[in-house]
Amino acid sequence: MKFITTTCLTLAFGASFLTSCNKPAEPAAAPAAAEESVKPEKMADALFAVMKGTRTAYTKHVIKNLGKEKKIIKPHEKWEDKENGVMLPAQMFRYARDLAMEQNPGFTYSLQSEWPINKQNAPKTPMEKEGLKYIGANPGKNFYGTEDLGGKKFYTAVYPDVAVSDACIDCHNDHKDSPRTDFAMGEVMGGVVIRIPMN
Amino acid sequence: MKTLIPILAWIILSTLASIFFGNELLNEELKPNFLPNETSHGHYQIELKCDACHTPNMGIKENACIDCHQQDLKDSQDSHPANKFNDPRNFEMVQKLDGRKCVTCHSEHVPHSTGKMGVTLPENYCLECHSEIGEERESHKGLDFQTCATAGCHNYHDNRALYEDFLVDHYGEDDHLHAASELALHKKIDKKKALIEHDSPELPNPQILHDWSSTAHAAAGVNCRACHENEEDKTWNNKVPWQTCQKCHKDESKSFQEGRHGMRLSVGLPAMKVADARLEMKASAAHREVNCISCHNDHRFSLRTAAMDACLKCHNDSHSLNYKKSPHYTYWRIDSEMGEFNKGVSCATCHMPRIKKHGKVIVDHNQNNNLRPNEKMIRSACMKCHGLEFSINALADEELIQHNFNRSPSKEIPSLKWAKERE
Repeated sequence: MKFITTTCLTLAFGASFLTSCNKPAEPAAAPAAAEESVKPEKMADALFAVMKGTRTAYTKHVIKNLGKEKKIIKPHEKWEDKENGVMLPAQMFRYARDLAMEQNPGFTYSLQSEWPINKQNAPKTPMEKEGLKYIGANPGKNFYGTEDLGGKKFYTAVYPDVAVSDACIDCHNDHKDSPRTDFAMGEVMGGVVIRIPMN
Repeated sequence: MKTLIPILAWIILSTLASIFFGNELLNEELKPNFLPNETSHGHYQIELKCDACHTPNMGIKENACIDCHQQDLKDSQDSHPANKFNDPRNFEMVQKLDGRKCVTCHSEHVPHSTGKMGVTLPENYCLECHSEIGEERESHKGLDFQTCATAGCHNYHDNRALYEDFLVDHYGEDDHLHAASELALHKKIDKKKALIEHDSPELPNPQILHDWSSTAHAAAGVNCRACHENEEDKTWNNKVPWQTCQKCHKDESKSFQEGRHGMRLSVGLPAMKVADARLEMKASAAHREVNCISCHNDHRFSLRTAAMDACLKCHNDSHSLNYKKSPHYTYWRIDSEMGEFNKGVSCATCHMPRIKKHGKVIVDHNQNNNLRPNEKMIRSACMKCHGLEFSINALADEELIQHNFNRSPSKEIPSLKWAKERE
């Protein structure tokens, strides 16, 4: 029975192949109308506004309010292994980034510092190094530029990441792997790097 | 006429060739002839389902790996997720090791270069990015690449029991924890639903009737027809298909299909036969198929039988054969006599552990979640009864594993000490 079924299928495939040989080619799709594009600087600024707003809300209303003040939750680096543990703001930022990247949004972003707890988060490319130095030396200003990475051109924007809560500085000043122990409120602790491909 | 004969011959020969090769391709029992090489330990069971991984023209499907492994990687808090390599700032890292693709490290059909965990890269792959660790940490000075992943210190994906803070938190624990006990399965059974009368069309065998009436099925109001009745035409089925079980036992059925015992069923292949296993199996069990009732013997559904006796009916390797000489079995026997699940350790205690998931205790039937690398079982199994250091040392001792943990470990892994010193 199986032999007969597979034989029939094979013949059917063969027939459909032969009948499809002389079909005319599909007409080419009409060229899409030129679309107006958003300038990369505008786009990066908008993305950063969303990132900053979301993280600040999490830091102030979840971590500080429910954690530090009401002691309902326990913010901790290893939150998954703690009872009532929740992720720290910087981790929330990265977890959200990982989820966003699963959707292939066409841009990338990262949270970096010249004094990172995890060395993987130190600036790596010449533009990241330059950008982080610039935002540290020029409070309130952003840094913009273009760079070539792996043969591709990117628009790169660097935004200051300022300590908005004592939860940020306490953790960084007390952590055994932190290269700095004297962060103060309102200080630039690092930067958000947003990268948009230019082609 | 002269030209017609060769044309007719060509058509006949082409048709015959199409039938022959088409039959070979479409008939799963004949597909081994087309396998380019032996597949790995993890995939050989589904090797005849080419389209589980391949596109019609035999390319590799974009999501071939993550279609099955994505949740495992998420649950294991993967230390090297693909998105780490997708960021253009890490393009130099990608040039050294392209971690964006699973097949960079896990190729298939290459038996001669396939090592442990299905890794097909040379063992020194950690050094591609972490070669400077000896300069950064005094404790790591002079360590060679073979010590990274083979000595209970690091895994590429799953480090839930090996990360530094976890080591520090569990430093100095006793080898044997006094509070050891198995997680209880929360069976919420409504006493009002308990059944006394069966609804079989014929009087069942007295043994079957006795077995059913003394199980949780009868207590929970699950009568004969709930499993034996064909849903469409309401006729009686003597042989209950395995899919019937998943109507109520969703978590267990799902993890069963993700694991070694049920993965063939999940891709639409016939159930795994014991004779097809690559592990050592008993010749007397060669004819058996692996489905729910292979281990949960029908009508009695004894958890104790499924947790140990069922395994030893088939498995015949030295680790399995030495189980009954181990202290784990001694405690299991004591528990059996008391009718409890307490300190006793069966095969399932370690290989199909009871775990808490979304606030519920379930039996994880997917062995991949805690079998290889074996440090994956530290949290779900070993640490229910043992301290972390003892567990790491035991799992690093291959001879001890073969003898089924009949003595204390002879290996001493220094990771906890090093982590504590750095605190």
